Amino acid sequence: MAAETENLRVILAKLGLDGHDRGLKVVARILRDAGMEVIYLGLRQTTDSIVAAAEQEDADAIGLSMHNAGHMTLAPNMVKALKAAELDIPVIVGGIVPDDDVARLHEAGVAAVLGPGASAEEVARVVRDAVQANRAGAQA
Amino acid sequence: MAPPPNSPLHLVELYDAARGGHRRSLGRLLTLVERGGAEAERISELAHPDSGRAHIIGITGAPGAGKSTLTGQLVAKLIEAGKRPAILAVDPSSPLTGGAILGDRIRMDDVVGVVATDAAAAAAGDGPDRTSAFIRSMATRGHSGGLALAVPLAVRLFDAVGYDPVIIETVGVGQVEVDVVGAADTAIVVVTPGMGDAVQANKAGLLEVADVFVVNKADRPGANDVRRDLDLMLDLSHLTGQESADGYRPPILMTSALTGVGAPEVLAAAAAHLDHLDASGQRTSRRRARIRSEIQARMEQKLAALTEQMLASTEGAELLSKAEAGAIPPTDASAALLQRLLAGPA
Amino acid sequence: MAENEPTQAELRAAYDREMARAKLRDIPFETMSGVPVDSVYGDGPYPGQYPYTRGVHASMYRSRLWTMRMFAGFGTAEDTNARFKELLANGGTGLSTAFDMPTLMGRDSDSPWSEGEVGRAGVAVDTLADMEDLFAGIDTSAVSTSMTINGPAAIVLAMYVANAEKNGVPRKALAGTIQNDIFKEYQAQKEYIYPPRPSVRIVTDMIRFTAAEMPKWNSVSISGYHIREAGSTAAQELAFTLANGFAYVEAAMAAGVDVDVFAPRLSFFFNSHIDFFEEIGKFRAARRIWARWLKERYGAKDERSLLCRFHTQTAGVSLTAQQPEINIARVAIQALAGAIGGTQSLHTDSFDEALALPTEKAARIALRTQQIVAHETGVANVADPLGGAPFVEWMTDEMERQAEAIFAHLEDLGNGSILEGVYAGIENGYFVGEIADASYRFEREVNAGRRIIVGVNQFTDGAEGQKDLLRIDATTEEYQLKRLADVKLKRNSAAVDEALAAVTSAAADPTANVMPPILDAVNAYATLEEVVKAMETVFGTYVEKAII
Repeated sequence: MAAETENLRVILAKLGLDGHDRGLKVVARILRDAGMEVIYLGLRQTTDSIVAAAEQEDADAIGLSMHNAGHMTLAPNMVKALKAAELDIPVIVGGIVPDDDVARLHEAGVAAVLGPGASAEEVARVVRDAVQANRAGAQA
Repeated sequence: MAPPPNSPLHLVELYDAARGGHRRSLGRLLTLVERGGAEAERISELAHPDSGRAHIIGITGAPGAGKSTLTGQLVAKLIEAGKRPAILAVDPSSPLTGGAILGDRIRMDDVVGVVATDAAAAAAGDGPDRTSAFIRSMATRGHSGGLALAVPLAVRLFDAVGYDPVIIETVGVGQVEVDVVGAADTAIVVVTPGMGDAVQANKAGLLEVADVFVVNKADRPGANDVRRDLDLMLDLSHLTGQESADGYRPPILMTSALTGVGAPEVLAAAAAHLDHLDASGQRTSRRRARIRSEIQARMEQKLAALTEQMLASTEGAELLSKAEAGAIPPTDASAALLQRLLAGPA
Repeated sequence: MAENEPTQAELRAAYDREMARAKLRDIPFETMSGVPVDSVYGDGPYPGQYPYTRGVHASMYRSRLWTMRMFAGFGTAEDTNARFKELLANGGTGLSTAFDMPTLMGRDSDSPWSEGEVGRAGVAVDTLADMEDLFAGIDTSAVSTSMTINGPAAIVLAMYVANAEKNGVPRKALAGTIQNDIFKEYQAQKEYIYPPRPSVRIVTDMIRFTAAEMPKWNSVSISGYHIREAGSTAAQELAFTLANGFAYVEAAMAAGVDVDVFAPRLSFFFNSHIDFFEEIGKFRAARRIWARWLKERYGAKDERSLLCRFHTQTAGVSLTAQQPEINIARVAIQALAGAIGGTQSLHTDSFDEALALPTEKAARIALRTQQIVAHETGVANVADPLGGAPFVEWMTDEMERQAEAIFAHLEDLGNGSILEGVYAGIENGYFVGEIADASYRFEREVNAGRRIIVGVNQFTDGAEGQKDLLRIDATTEEYQLKRLADVKLKRNSAAVDEALAAVTSAAADPTANVMPPILDAVNAYATLEEVVKAMETVFGTYVEKAII
């Protein structure tokens, strides 16, 4: 089914101890309002708990919100954990990521990075595109 | 890895893998079940012979009653007891956008635990294997009757691949949600003190379906008032003959989900209720009722779809515009279309 | 009763008497053109007069400027200790400690949760040994120390006391503040450990302990800052913060402590956001509401109980990653609002904070910004300089009106008790729901272009990536892990177990105070997380439901 019309299932979570969830909540509403089903895991998740949820929920994408400077450790860890579990699900990182790090995250297998200024349309489009690209890649 | 093309062959592979404990395959099957259509029906066929063993427990209550936390506590106890529980957590979709925010996992995950590290601990003999639980969130997806089709099928699938009990958690506000829980073997209704919950539950029709009452957050003021209200309503239903003929009276349990007080008692009450169903033969009659309502729901959905098709057909459009112009009454138009529908494809 | 109310002339005479007694800074109070200015203008009640709308003291900044308290803490205890000593050598008298995320969450550096976060956003404190390093060579009887920590506040305070006593400084000589505001954690910052009620039990234990044994210690810094950062409106920040304050007052009174014993040691912490007049109205309303409620509702007699003294920090959330240099202008405006609003201390954010931890240069610019406000603008010469302006008075009243409506709702939720209303609001998701709504509304307005954020949705030319960012290397984590392992190896583990068991027993006994056994445990070099867990067995943990 096309990512445009189906009810995409997206996991939203924060890895680690940081409790800033304002951005994550705004994104949850944006994606809901774009017709997606958000499986909201919220704060203090581990790569293990996200992998478990992704399997059980058959998630189409995983959105991670990063606020502290931990993105260069945590986001690649997430990608690795998904690979280890043989889950082919795009990871999208949202939050404050300095320019130099964006390319490094892409290299580490992160599908997309959304900065703090992203509009609602952009957020929804980036998620849809990441799912679509992932499926196209999987079929190729 | 390519996503499985949904050919019947792949469904069989997915199903066999799920039976073998492969969680991702079960996750995928549940997505197909939710989507409905031919694949869902094929999954139903596959699961049918293997199902029929699990104890199906429904849990419902007003938003904020602490259902998810209680469910999490129950699941933790079930795992400790060596069971493999599955949880279907149903949340409403937005009627405007069709999207949904499914947030029940948070509170369940906490008590169920962080899964993979637990598996390692369990393998080393250091604790219960919490990976034995499976939690799936499901949105109501607006379309009427959709839930009534997807839930029984998801439950059958969980049952067939070896989960027992299967717990369905819904927000007890809409009729469909109440029906879904009411169709379980054991329906647990959760209320909280101080919010007129007992009265609300009565209005929503939850009292009739309840097999076990849980007064959650029983450490809060007003808990005993709720208990009294429920007792009073049960007395009344006894007087008016609503109470079941065999004299089963739903127990009222006082729990505090945050501390875990009461979860073992809730499970014991659910087990006792199941024994009662078995002893009285009601388990079979409930199953029959469930099957009947599923068949009915499926037929209604198909008929609704056919009605839509019929209205969109040339013949339908013609009759529709005649009726709209006042040339024929709507009753005649619908009778003619229905006759056409029952006669089968032209 | 009107006949009992003082006349304007009487108010002015009382104010002038206060000013005559006040010790003023030795600078000319005049404009830069040499025009002398009065210490206040307009009508009374004047600053220092009930209900203190215009300021907590008569002379305000003429006597003493606000404290320029800059938050510091990074890396190991030794790194931060060096920064502290440098600050003290430069004439500072107040230290402000930022802890790293694991410490804030009650986790040790060797917890699997701590990976990648040790020493990153603040200093790591696992045991008393780290506290000893943090304050090595610093006379804790001569400085005032602010510690920004909440969930494990009791343990960190115990470590501070234990370290001081080891160095011969009695606990009664210690001056400072511990944030210890657990309500806002459930509402906004989310750094909680236990469920609300047991957490408040710990807070009241600390209020009792400090009231009896640490007379110079501020036991709770009631913080709206994080509520605002999470996306609330100004009025919500005001109302939720003051309601939390009322709730602590009710909890401590219920625990048998006289309001005038602890209320003078409560202080506040507000955000200074970018809507200039709204912020000033908020600060003025805060003082008025607090004074009225403490006097009229809680029966406080001591004037110091009525004073809403507050620290202010500029709004981190208003800083943009796009064109970060323009944040300097935002911070300047926000700092000015804080000064006009009559703050007691101020932290100005660094312009690069939307991107990373501040670099040294950015932190210096931030400090210089408030120094410009203090010394160049003339704003410190006149107390409440905008008081009496129709717009500002209206805004003050409007803030108060909105706040009172929220108090009424909470009272309703709590059947007449603000404390119960706050508990109920946490449990039913009222606070997080209101904040999430406000935050989403704002984002949508920005998104739709109805609200302009310079550099973000308009005037976006000239954006370029920020290059000089502070990065913390991994050696801190290695060092800290080794330090912790050493301490664990050297301590008497039987004594630790015994002390932890005593903490658990005290937690289980609602009539006991957890502070004395926690002090024993930290003195035995029990780790932060061990003490947290010793109470967790009794109190359980808290997970919020998804309110989005």
